[in-house]
Amino acid sequence: MNWSLPLFPTGASTMAGKVDLLYFVLIAVSGLAVAVISLLIIAFGVRYRRRAPDQVGAPVIPSLALEIGWTAVPLVVGLVLFAWGANVYFAQARPPVETLDVYVVGKQWMWKFQHPGGQREINELHVPVGRAVRLTAASEDVIHSFFVPAFRVKADVIPGRYTTLWFNATKPGEYHLFCAEYCGTQHSGMIGKVVVMEPNAYQAWLGGGAAEGSMASQGQKIFQDLACHTCHLDSGQGRGPTLVGLYGSQVGLASGQVVTADDAYIRESVLSPAAKVVAGFQPVMPTFQGLVSEEQLLALIEYVKSLQAKPQGTPATQAPAGQQPAAATPAAPQPRAPGPAGRNPGGDRN
Amino acid sequence: MDSLTLPRTHYANAEYGLRSWLLTTDHKRIALLFLGSISAFFLIGGLFAMLIRLELLTPPGDMVGADTYNKLFTMHGIVMIFMFLIPSIPAVFGNFFVPIMVGAKDLAFPRLNLLSWYIFMIGGLFTLAAIALGGVDTGWTFYTPFSTHASQSNVMVAAVGVFIMGFSSILTGLNFIVTIHTMRAPGLTWFRLPLFIWAMYATSLINVLGTPVLAISLVAVALERALHIGIFDPAYGGDPVLFQHLFWFYSHPAVYIMVLPSMGVVSELVATFSRKNIFGYTFVAFSSLAIAVFGFLVWGHHMFVAGMSVYGAMIFSILSFMVAVPSAVKVFNWTATLYKGSISYETPMLYALGFIGLFAVGGLTGLFLATLAVDVHVHDTYFVVAHFHYIMVGGALMGYLGALHYWWPKMTGRMYPDLIGRIAAVTVFIGFNLTFFPQFVLGYLGMPRRYHAYAEEFQALNVLSTAGASILAVGFLIPAFYLLWSLKYGKVAGANPWGSVSLEWTTPSPPPTFNFDETPVIAGPAYDYREPEAKRA
Repeated sequence: MNWSLPLFPTGASTMAGKVDLLYFVLIAVSGLAVAVISLLIIAFGVRYRRRAPDQVGAPVIPSLALEIGWTAVPLVVGLVLFAWGANVYFAQARPPVETLDVYVVGKQWMWKFQHPGGQREINELHVPVGRAVRLTAASEDVIHSFFVPAFRVKADVIPGRYTTLWFNATKPGEYHLFCAEYCGTQHSGMIGKVVVMEPNAYQAWLGGGAAEGSMASQGQKIFQDLACHTCHLDSGQGRGPTLVGLYGSQVGLASGQVVTADDAYIRESVLSPAAKVVAGFQPVMPTFQGLVSEEQLLALIEYVKSLQAKPQGTPATQAPAGQQPAAATPAAPQPRAPGPAGRNPGGDRN
Repeated sequence: MDSLTLPRTHYANAEYGLRSWLLTTDHKRIALLFLGSISAFFLIGGLFAMLIRLELLTPPGDMVGADTYNKLFTMHGIVMIFMFLIPSIPAVFGNFFVPIMVGAKDLAFPRLNLLSWYIFMIGGLFTLAAIALGGVDTGWTFYTPFSTHASQSNVMVAAVGVFIMGFSSILTGLNFIVTIHTMRAPGLTWFRLPLFIWAMYATSLINVLGTPVLAISLVAVALERALHIGIFDPAYGGDPVLFQHLFWFYSHPAVYIMVLPSMGVVSELVATFSRKNIFGYTFVAFSSLAIAVFGFLVWGHHMFVAGMSVYGAMIFSILSFMVAVPSAVKVFNWTATLYKGSISYETPMLYALGFIGLFAVGGLTGLFLATLAVDVHVHDTYFVVAHFHYIMVGGALMGYLGALHYWWPKMTGRMYPDLIGRIAAVTVFIGFNLTFFPQFVLGYLGMPRRYHAYAEEFQALNVLSTAGASILAVGFLIPAFYLLWSLKYGKVAGANPWGSVSLEWTTPSPPPTFNFDETPVIAGPAYDYREPEAKRA
């Protein structure tokens, strides 16, 4: 058997140090509290032990100042810890502006990954060191939870919605990936690894496999197979609104509401078209619930994302899926940026 | 001491025959019915725990299959929480001692009290049937959509069982609230009540207000599972996180249902074995109510990584820090009570001191989980498992064992061998820490909970934990033997073996059917040791 006795996990993300520092402070605070209480109990226990069978304790008048003091001190310490923890959590919850996007689908009992360049993996996720990676995760069945202890990140992957989380790996290596939310028989087998690679090795890995073309081109193929393109014309003259330039824009609804066209909006519009009807259109679109898988939905979203304003070119009219040169796609992981894309995709941040 | 004799007639021999027990309305006899039932359930839940620990001795899942393992931890949780911990102190010691400690002849609704036991047993039999039919594999939390959509096990039978048992908690809670309000002896004002009564009162409030929400969520699970009504499953248009909100709205306060009674017991034990008034009586009393109220506002801290908004998470985080304050106040006051006391170390006091230390560790590690950034990492890992076992075993169960050893001579009239009792208490303390302390380390290392097989590097800590569990099991079995032995061979205890001034020690051991020969009149505060001779019977 393995007799090594690890006491502390490897930290391999920009978040790990911040979480660990807080952890050590909590240990110090708790250790101090337990030490004070234990020492007092032992000291009183010895000093005031019963010396004669009939001995009774001396009546003690409680001190109000003491009561207020030991109510206030834990409260203040707690508020400081709260503020510190919330501050780090805020950073955890908000991905940076520029991220490398990867899509995740959890299902009983495996993790499936899709990279925008079209590379697919199961139970293994390859990422470059020193880049913020943003995961958008969906579940095909029950709740799972994406947990990489070395990165100190975790997020439940909940059916019916998208979960996002992000990390920035700092050390090349292989790290555990666990499912942390109980999901049935093989819950403890729903594990894998995150492989953090040097930028060059990562580029080489990306070039290794993307047989089906980029995710956007896969999404385009699904878009045509499901005949979405017969209504959603680029011209905007179809029975459905045009999708060009949609992603990230503000959409006015028939109800008068205005919503942002994000991943969740697009997903809902495919599965429950009547939920948010765009102003000026009739609710004629049928539901695609049961006709598209979570993975196909993510590809469709990536396709809609690619339909940006005209000066960028018109991906919608490009060659059909699978026809794109394979060499072009590995460089495709685009920084997700509302502003001009400024970064060399292979560039090392550090 | 040799001159002590048992009273000629008392509650346990006033009538004979099975019928006199099964149809009794005497709160003391009903308490013993509960004691027998939950002891059997504890044995079953403990057996599941040992099988879990044995499986985890080695990294691969090699002793039982994955489905069996999943059923083991599910049934361990359901049995220990719903069939042991939630009823434990209220149904046994609350039933037995609430009327005596308020100076009443019985609870306000004696027949409702008996009904409460029958409801509990019917619910318990449903849950046992779910085990006999092949078990349940949802985890005690019944999370959707796994429980409504995916699980192929006996979810419905178990859910019906838990649903039914809830009514037992509600009725017992109702009975205590009415009794404490209306049946206090002359002179027994609210601020003369023993702190155990305050704790029972606060617990009863949670039982009455919280349990219906659990019932509602289980009904919703059943509707969705049987009739495919979309409430939680997105495939039918529901939201799975809604279930978590409903479930934890009950199940977080349920933690206080389990631990508040033990806090009440510890207040009694610290006072009796220090022969001194509780330091800051009013603060300890009101902290019970504060816990009951604040306990309803922190359920969201179970869901920090379940897609909650950052602002929602911050509110639940700050409230969780605040709910820790009244618990800390209690710990400080118990410690201060020892100051200038006359402290003796019989078995119940060892459990009380064990409670204070272990509960402090459990409470402080709760702060780790309330701290948002740290919770993200340790949520659903063994850190959480260790934390709640420090609260539920280190806290609730220690209090239960303390109560059992403290009131045993009152309930049976006989004393157990105290030296063996103390050895068992120390064994439990050592075994407990060896079982669960390594799990804090495992959790921060990243070992997720509910794992049938685990990564190699986690083995050494799991071996320590399993070794501790074996010691803990021995520590639990020893009292079973000497307590049963004492029923026949134990020394006669007398009315007041501990030299306590509390009301329950003024009546004979075991007490007569109507508790007191004449209604007591209370002249002073609780725990008043200033004139000991005048107060002892």
